[in-house]
Amino acid sequence: MTEAAILEGPPARRASPRGSAVAKIFEAVCFAAATALLSALAGLLVSLFIGGWPAFGHFGLGFLTSSEWNPVTSVYGAAGPIVGTLITAAVALAIALPVAAGVAFFLVEMCPTPLRRPIATAVELLAGIPSIVYGMWGLFVFAPLFGRFVQTPLMMAAKPGSLLEKLTAGVPNGTGVLSASIILALMILPFMASTLRELLLTVPAGVRESAYGLGATTMEVVTSVTLPYVRAGAVGAVMLGLGRALGETMAVTFIIGNAHGFPASVFDSGSTIASTIANEFTEATDPMHMSALLALGLILFVITFTVLALARLMLRKQAGRL
Amino acid sequence: MTVSTLKIARRRAANVVFSVFCWLVTGVALIALCAILWSLLSQGVAGINLDVFTLSTPAPGSRGGLANAITGSIMMCALAMALATAVGVLAGTWLAEYAGDSPYGAAVRFINDVLLSAPSILVGLFVYTIVVAPMKGFSGLAGVLALALLAAPVITRTTEDVLTLQANTLREAGVALGAPTSLVIREILWKAARSGILTGALLAFARISGETAPLLFTALNNQFFSLDLTQPTANLPVVIYNFALSAYDDWRSLAWAGALLIAATVLAVTVAARAITKEPRR
Repeated sequence: MTEAAILEGPPARRASPRGSAVAKIFEAVCFAAATALLSALAGLLVSLFIGGWPAFGHFGLGFLTSSEWNPVTSVYGAAGPIVGTLITAAVALAIALPVAAGVAFFLVEMCPTPLRRPIATAVELLAGIPSIVYGMWGLFVFAPLFGRFVQTPLMMAAKPGSLLEKLTAGVPNGTGVLSASIILALMILPFMASTLRELLLTVPAGVRESAYGLGATTMEVVTSVTLPYVRAGAVGAVMLGLGRALGETMAVTFIIGNAHGFPASVFDSGSTIASTIANEFTEATDPMHMSALLALGLILFVITFTVLALARLMLRKQAGRL
Repeated sequence: MTVSTLKIARRRAANVVFSVFCWLVTGVALIALCAILWSLLSQGVAGINLDVFTLSTPAPGSRGGLANAITGSIMMCALAMALATAVGVLAGTWLAEYAGDSPYGAAVRFINDVLLSAPSILVGLFVYTIVVAPMKGFSGLAGVLALALLAAPVITRTTEDVLTLQANTLREAGVALGAPTSLVIREILWKAARSGILTGALLAFARISGETAPLLFTALNNQFFSLDLTQPTANLPVVIYNFALSAYDDWRSLAWAGALLIAATVLAVTVAARAITKEPRR
């Protein structure tokens, strides 16, 4: 007898264990639940596509390039909200990323030990605060202060005809594209900081300590040892933060000013895809209006899906290299 | 000699700049976040009184509270959590125990990650098109479905993670006793992973309890106290949204009170979830 035959043993004849029928049903139920999640996403995509198709069909490519959004004349171009979404998310990320990294480095490398846990816990808890709270704070507390102490002085200081004047044109009431970006940045900050901190804590103590032992300064330890060590996860965390900023509704809707078309300056009112949908969807009685909003939703889905898929792809690449 | 001293001096200087930057941004971030909490607390506490819990949302200028919204939110969140926990735990179990490396498993895992961070407003649009539009009316049940769709991926993910963490000897011991896989999963693995799954459920609850965007087009709002989920149902997030954007001071004050209630709930649930995870293993 060959070894393989011994391992295989005699053909199975014994009765299947009691409850094996239940086992099959259980597996099928679990499988159905997993499939339900899959079909939920497929359904989401299909329903947005079907709902948005009339708008795409009617306006063609102009839907993406035109910035005229006029429910009265039933002309819809999505360029304004699309650009608004990309700008606010990019600016929010540009503000939040250095701050979140600084907070994470501070907590891991510099913070006095007794303060470490309280601050880390506080940052983590803040990551769970609902975004509507950030939106309300932005509208009622941040906007008046921002208008009075940042916008007005900047506008006064701008010389007529200068670039600064163009950049700061608008009504100094504290709302606008830049304010929305700052509130978004505040909202994604705790999430990014606590994820980065957790990543940095996974660096083996030996690696960090040997870098210090070689005489590296704190900055050199962070930039050339610990951060490269967690590079893969860090990219993922940043992408997730970006995804949140792109799809955020409430924190933005309160403060961006909700004007269609391209924002002319950093203080001008604008809109994002999510804020446009939130503002107009329940009032959209015209089928074309509703279709245009669903088409906007589809565009938002495609944008966030691309960001998330890219994040996963980069993570896999990095993981393969490590 | 001087070159190396210079180099050291430059490295030290860079390090000082770096450290100052880190201290500074942490300070700024903490101040900003404390400012948010402070306004929430001061404005919210000022708006809270017994009426908030006993009366329904008022017309501007008259006496009222948030009782209908609180009840609606509790009902919708509870039902959504029941639905999401059932689907999430089962799907997570399938991913951890049955899927293995299969392509379908990888696809579900990826899709779940996408759902996990998909913009919540899109979930609202989806539920609107499949439930609200065909049934020709906003309803609390549509809101429940939207919230469940947001909570289920969180539970799926945590369930898969904690089940994968369980030692294989546990599974082998169960199978060696002659138990079918389903029994091993239900009686051994789920019990061993109980605290992890509970944590996932609590985090999911924390996530959906403040979600506003998906409820705008599904549950809508209702001025009156109602327990009927087939009708538009009042809920805290949408009431906060509408009242905060209104021009009436008493409505705004109620909005702050509601925001404080939601934030306090979320914080309490998150703290509970952390306490469960930190519980020492037997």
